[in-house]
Amino acid sequence: MSLILMIEQLLNGLQFGIMLFLMAAGLTLIFGVMGLINLAHGSLYMIGAFAAAAVAAATGSFLLALVASLVAAAVAGAIIELTVIRHLYARDHLDQVLATFALILIFSEGTRWVFGSFPLFLNIPDYLSGPITLPGGIQYPFYRLMLIVVGLLVAAGLFALIAWTRLGIQIRAGESDREMIGALGVNISRLYTLVFALGAALAGLAGALIGAIQSVQVGMGEPVLILAFVVIVIGGIGSIKGALVGAVLVGLTDTMGRFLLPTIFGAFMDPSAATSVGSALASMSIYVLMAAVLLFKPNGLYGNA
Amino acid sequence: MRRETVLNTVVFLGLLVIPLWAWVSNEPFTITLATRVAVLALAGVGLNVALGLGGLVSFGHAVFFGIGGYAMGVLASHSQTFTPMMEWPFLIEGTKSMPVIWLVAMIGSGLAALAIGALSLRTSGVYFIMITLAFGQMFYFFAISWPAYGGEDGLSIYVRNGFPGLNTLDPIQFFAICYVILGLAVFGVARLSRSSFGLALSAARQNATRVQSVGIGPYRLRLVAFVISGAITGLAGALFADLNRFVSPTMFSWQTSGEIMIFIILGGVGRLFGPIVGAALFILLEHFLGGLSDYWNIYLGALLLVVVLFAKGGLIGLVAGREVAHD
Repeated sequence: MSLILMIEQLLNGLQFGIMLFLMAAGLTLIFGVMGLINLAHGSLYMIGAFAAAAVAAATGSFLLALVASLVAAAVAGAIIELTVIRHLYARDHLDQVLATFALILIFSEGTRWVFGSFPLFLNIPDYLSGPITLPGGIQYPFYRLMLIVVGLLVAAGLFALIAWTRLGIQIRAGESDREMIGALGVNISRLYTLVFALGAALAGLAGALIGAIQSVQVGMGEPVLILAFVVIVIGGIGSIKGALVGAVLVGLTDTMGRFLLPTIFGAFMDPSAATSVGSALASMSIYVLMAAVLLFKPNGLYGNA
Repeated sequence: MRRETVLNTVVFLGLLVIPLWAWVSNEPFTITLATRVAVLALAGVGLNVALGLGGLVSFGHAVFFGIGGYAMGVLASHSQTFTPMMEWPFLIEGTKSMPVIWLVAMIGSGLAALAIGALSLRTSGVYFIMITLAFGQMFYFFAISWPAYGGEDGLSIYVRNGFPGLNTLDPIQFFAICYVILGLAVFGVARLSRSSFGLALSAARQNATRVQSVGIGPYRLRLVAFVISGAITGLAGALFADLNRFVSPTMFSWQTSGEIMIFIILGGVGRLFGPIVGAALFILLEHFLGGLSDYWNIYLGALLLVVVLFAKGGLIGLVAGREVAHD
């Protein structure tokens, strides 16, 4: 096994993790500020991807497609916040799970109705495609590298937003005491809609970015949603820093598990058995990671008790 | 008689009368629909022990449903190919006998519930929902990537497993088996909820601190409830696999978990017959709306949304009112 392959896989894991962060950040923000568990976050990811694919097909511009994904997901998020989610803040978690599950059914079938069951394709633009040579002579797809860069920029922007802006102050205040900031004259329902739309926009962006390397299809959001849940459980609910650390951990564990476990089992088993055992165990690795974190830190790495 | 009791009796007898009528007028498809209702209701009865009695919002009950299904699939596939499951250190062979399969399904899913519950019950609230969902996904991906038993394609069993003295290939006889098991499970859960264990469990749902202060540990109560719940859902999974003579990783998927939960919500959370009413409603909707439109899930989603937002007690709550809701 060469070092170059290893570094490539590490970068893949990092890229996967950063994209998971975009999903998990919105989820954890929404949970932290509003106390809401939102299963429909995966649908917003899907909406972003479909909006991007539709706009890219119509205009041919990848940048416009990304803008469309942000706008479409944010608008969809604001609409469901105003019509449905708003009525769920005072309800228990069971109602939140069920109502947002109902939203998944509606969004998935609605998208199937509009776009059909066949996957759409979103192509990487020419100026982003092809490999790039990194220091040390490593060839790596330019687009994936850009995903890491864009993801890190968005993460930095999010941290800056929360640390330094007025909205960020309100978000942090909302996390520690919801009633108090309402009493201090902050328009709390507008804040909630804004936070929800912000989280939705992040999910939509992730959907569009990932849509270019995978196919854009109905049901693409939920596997990512569940991975984002694993990220949040590991990082601690409500913590953006936890979401970043958890996402990178999950991304690396999953990618490296798939890469290394079959090789490790190959050392003492015959190759075909090693591949099947290794890949079966690799598909479970992140959940084992989650179980291990739960054993030692039931509230996650950065969660407060 | 209370209105809820009347409704329960009507639904439970209706579930018996409709297939009997279909049997007389020779409409096996209706019998199969009724069998589906009975089996899915059994899965819901299992989840209702955790969700309704224990207040544990498990979004991972597809794990137990799937383990039950695969218990049937693995045992029956070894039996139909005449290959032993393992020869060392002792010989285990496949079987086509339903009672043995049920036992294995319940033990297997009970053990899985013990492991998952022991970990996830250390947390509560949203964490618990996310963790059960994640473990469900873990089993799903494991079933997909494990090639020995069909992997992604699933396993077909050519002949339905046997039950001593009955011809299980006859739809009405297989329905009878499922119906009797459902009846026994409902009876058992009713007894359980009135036992001292069930009362303590309900109390732990309403106020865990008070239960703790009288010297009962909520963790152990919930873990036992979770195991019982998982075992019942596992049994339903074995029956479901036998109904279709097919198991696939779909049984483990998060949508399956969601559907089992929908049965309970449509019927009414914590109501003894809620899962039966809900499963019957679900199958009716699937059958009639599915016939009207390919996109029937939109209507299901809209209905679910309306029930959650405006009709918290589900169908039983609408009919019987809130008088019987204790909390």
